[in-house]
Amino acid sequence: MIDADVHIPNPRLKDLFPLLPGHWVEHFDNTMDKGASQEYYPPRSPVAGRRGGLTELREAVFEQGGAEVAISSCLYAIDSIHNPDVAAALATATNDWQAMEWLERERRLRGSVVVPIGLPAAAAEEVERCADRPGFVQVLIPVRTEHPLGSRHYHPLWKTIEESGLVAAIHFGGAPVTPPTPTGWPSFFLEEYTAMAQVFATQLTSMIVEGVFDACPGLRVVFLESGFTWISAHLWRMDKEWRNLRRLVPWVRRPPSDYFREHVRVGIQPLDAPPEPAQLCEIVDQLGSDDLLLYASDYPHVHACDAGDLLLRLLPESLRRKIRSENARSFYRLSEGGQP
Amino acid sequence: MKYVVAEASEIESGGRKIVTVAGRSIGVFNLDGEFFALRNRCPHQGGKLCEGKLWGVIRSDRPGDFEYRPSREILCCPWHGWEFHVRTGQSWCAPERLRVRRYEVETVAGEEIAEAADAGAEPADDPDAPAPGMVKGPYAAETYPVTREGEYLVVEIPFKKSRVSDRTASRSGRSTADR
Repeated sequence: MIDADVHIPNPRLKDLFPLLPGHWVEHFDNTMDKGASQEYYPPRSPVAGRRGGLTELREAVFEQGGAEVAISSCLYAIDSIHNPDVAAALATATNDWQAMEWLERERRLRGSVVVPIGLPAAAAEEVERCADRPGFVQVLIPVRTEHPLGSRHYHPLWKTIEESGLVAAIHFGGAPVTPPTPTGWPSFFLEEYTAMAQVFATQLTSMIVEGVFDACPGLRVVFLESGFTWISAHLWRMDKEWRNLRRLVPWVRRPPSDYFREHVRVGIQPLDAPPEPAQLCEIVDQLGSDDLLLYASDYPHVHACDAGDLLLRLLPESLRRKIRSENARSFYRLSEGGQP
Repeated sequence: MKYVVAEASEIESGGRKIVTVAGRSIGVFNLDGEFFALRNRCPHQGGKLCEGKLWGVIRSDRPGDFEYRPSREILCCPWHGWEFHVRTGQSWCAPERLRVRRYEVETVAGEEIAEAADAGAEPADDPDAPAPGMVKGPYAAETYPVTREGEYLVVEIPFKKSRVSDRTASRSGRSTADR
């Protein structure tokens, strides 16, 4: 089994001190700047999970969870830092820390390069720096960004990611300067969390329509913690609108749903389950391909509904096998036994 | 049955005339001195296809690049934007997998086109594609042969199968321009 979404905790700022240039250590010591905000979720809420080390992760993900490989990410919110030099320095230090403290110590664990996404050129440099380091298999990009991810602004970064051979992992969250809903700033967490599906939908539309996959035909994208029950309806609409409006974007030569199925994979946790769980089978069927879903536990975050248990129980064995391991193995190009 | 539908000088290059012959609304198009006739009814959902705008052929390999041929041979239905090649009546761009309902084409030219679509030719190899990479769609608009006889344009409407409709067709006789 391959677990496509587990988290390693954020580094404490002092964990990064040995990896940061001296003037930044002095800056953090002597000023109010204490680095990125620590959590997306309210501290100590169940969804925020518990802070564990490598021992706890090994036990939960590999021993009890049964994963042969787990793809991890560190949600340290580099994108919340608006000083460009601090953002770049902390991204570099966080990646070195991930490699040294986690990936080199546990070979079954794979990692995600964190980048200062607000600075696409600096992000591309960090991707190039880390691409060949053992253990890194993807680049972590928060789904909330300052510009739509398909905009030309990000095309050089997509090209770099494509050429690096890494997957682009687009993950729930983000702290750009723009509101988290399409209509503005909400008042409550409930609104923000619910709207995140629309943010994913918008980013998917943007990347397809603005030609990211035409400019980068080898680019692979995984959506993490996006949910998947909204996807088919969104693709139906995009395919329909493409019929009318494709002349403005003639590089989009196939229906948008084709691009999605070729380039994008989706983690299954957390799951937006219908009240009647059996209806999930129909929703999975509507996706139009058995290759899309990846098993994900979202360790250590705890959700109301365990996607693995609920979904996999309902699906036929052949599809269950694909979701549990084959889809991720093929998409991440992991060999049998998990070595890249 | 042949119907005189217009004086050839009436339809300038790039222009069109919509006429009613044999009870059917038909658009007659002048593409650089060549004349083509299509039924004014989109095989998708019945929109007035021949009132749609004419477009050139555009294609692209990557965002921001445009290869444009200003031939204005692509007719877009005003209802849903389905694109038809005026020369053949064939719809283009929508792959079969959009799973829209097929339309049985009645005219001779249309049947030939429909058969070609059934044969499932690879889109990239299709020599009839208005631009490389365009994919044949599931629809073909009805087309009619247009000939120029002296100063007049003549549209040929095939005889219908039943005797009753034959009579109807001949009774409607001469064409009337409806636009």
